[in-house]
Amino acid sequence: MQNKGITIKELTVNMGPQHPATHGVLRLVLELEGEIIKKCIPHIGYLHRGIEKLSEDLTYVQSLPLTDRVDYLSSMVNNEGFCVAIEKLMGIEVPERAKFIRTMMAEMARICSHLVWIATHALDIGAMTVFLYAMRDREELLEMFEMVTGARLTVSYPRVGGVRCDVNNRFLDKLYNFIEKFPKKVEEYETLIDRNRVWLKRTKGVGVITAQEAINWGLTGPTLRGSGVYYDVRKFFPYDAYDKVDFEVPVGKNGDVYDRYRCRMLEFRQSARIIKQCIEKLPEGPILADNALRIRMPESPLKIDKKDIIFEIYIEDKQIQEFIQKFTEVYASVEAPRGELGFYIICDDSSKPYRMRVRAPSFVHAGVLPKLCEGSLVADVIANIGSIDIVLGECDR
Amino acid sequence: MIYVIDKTTEVVEIEEGFKVIPAANTIITTINKIASWGRRSSLWPLTFGLACCAIEMMATAASHYDLDRFGIIMRATPRQSDVMIIAGTVAKKMAPVLVNLYHQMPEPRYVIAMGSCACSGGVFNTYSTVQGVDEILPVDVYIPGCPPRPEALIEGLLKLQEKIKNEPYLKRGCISGVCLIDKSQRRCSYESCRNSEKD
Repeated sequence: MQNKGITIKELTVNMGPQHPATHGVLRLVLELEGEIIKKCIPHIGYLHRGIEKLSEDLTYVQSLPLTDRVDYLSSMVNNEGFCVAIEKLMGIEVPERAKFIRTMMAEMARICSHLVWIATHALDIGAMTVFLYAMRDREELLEMFEMVTGARLTVSYPRVGGVRCDVNNRFLDKLYNFIEKFPKKVEEYETLIDRNRVWLKRTKGVGVITAQEAINWGLTGPTLRGSGVYYDVRKFFPYDAYDKVDFEVPVGKNGDVYDRYRCRMLEFRQSARIIKQCIEKLPEGPILADNALRIRMPESPLKIDKKDIIFEIYIEDKQIQEFIQKFTEVYASVEAPRGELGFYIICDDSSKPYRMRVRAPSFVHAGVLPKLCEGSLVADVIANIGSIDIVLGECDR
Repeated sequence: MIYVIDKTTEVVEIEEGFKVIPAANTIITTINKIASWGRRSSLWPLTFGLACCAIEMMATAASHYDLDRFGIIMRATPRQSDVMIIAGTVAKKMAPVLVNLYHQMPEPRYVIAMGSCACSGGVFNTYSTVQGVDEILPVDVYIPGCPPRPEALIEGLLKLQEKIKNEPYLKRGCISGVCLIDKSQRRCSYESCRNSEKD
């Protein structure tokens, strides 16, 4: 455009990968015309660690700790998803008690993840106090994770065919007390931001995506439900003990940042409800299936060769071997805090997967960013990134 | 209100190298001591959250562990920070950005490698990850763990303060230092360039 000898062109701004509000290492290249975004190009891959390739060299049991690091905010759900896929592959039936423990733990992880989300999302938009409140309550949950699993963040607690160790009454009491108080705490966050004028201005009508578009873009989880689509893997394809507990799936209406926020706030309460039911209904019994995968140690520790250090899984049942030959590929998905997390595994006759693919919701959600941002203001980019709740470890893998 | 004024006019040694004359409100010390005191008492880290460890770093800075107690306030820009906490896996695509940020920080600058991935690559011995951030940057403190607990991060920061305490005031970098990544002749503060016998 020529105007009295002055050339006017769009301004290209680079945002990230080192930016406090991009939730990790997302990089966006924005083309601006004034304050309006004309084009938004996300660049990913700054945290590509090759987890999928690495798991091809590891046995089914050994790959489990890697799934912790896929989505590090809710590592329990990742472990669960991986285990559900392997169990479906090998036909392992999980005992009832283990199913309830897993469900309980997964919902704890969901609360943890959503707490980090509300903390960082509110911090990005400008509410500092919510960050401090949410992180305070998260510490309590992490302490409880530590009681059972020995780790705060990367838990590796579920096993193929059950869970690693049993929960005791002290833990259940503590969790019950926390869950009793928790809805009050959610109200506390809401009093800070829910009717705050700044918050409403920054979130209402920002980043709108209609139900049809959301389905077409492949969105899942609260991001999809914010647009008014009733879809939840826990309801439609129940795994573990989700068909035995009673809960609702909160659904939004307008598909903007505010509705996605409301969905997640309601999910807090549903998660608390599920945990309460799990504690009340927790049956007695074993926590690991009889035909669960075990690890064979070298027969004599003195004769360890360097080749033998990588242990092979030891499959006791011939039946399971038949299963491996019968089903050569499997897909199983769970409802992660971000959306549908799927594991697609192709197996051959060895004890290692031929290919493991993770269907990561964050990757799909990062793709929809240009759709949400283009045509809006620069400041809304931050609100949009926060509302789709991406984790770059899961996006890049 | 009663103000008690210390009328001691003699020199009192409160610590090795720190002498005080209470009546005159005067401290006598060396420039090395006072400079390192200032540097170590307000370490401002660059929040360089990369992966899982960043969540623990956030938890350390938040309400429960509260890094502000140590004068440590997270900054989001390298221009305002003294120490870079590398929290997480450094992918090869990320490495040039990391070096760039390091060179944007004002001297004296320090680097903390937090977590197994930043220390040695950890479990991710793959085609896309840097096997330890010390391949591209000079690291002062290594914190092992996957991820390290917040207590471990605090311990690492205290260890760094101890290190700064014994450093000379004139910690010069030299121009002969060559950046390991782009082989450029930049002023840097590698261990080998420091003119100190203690290092």
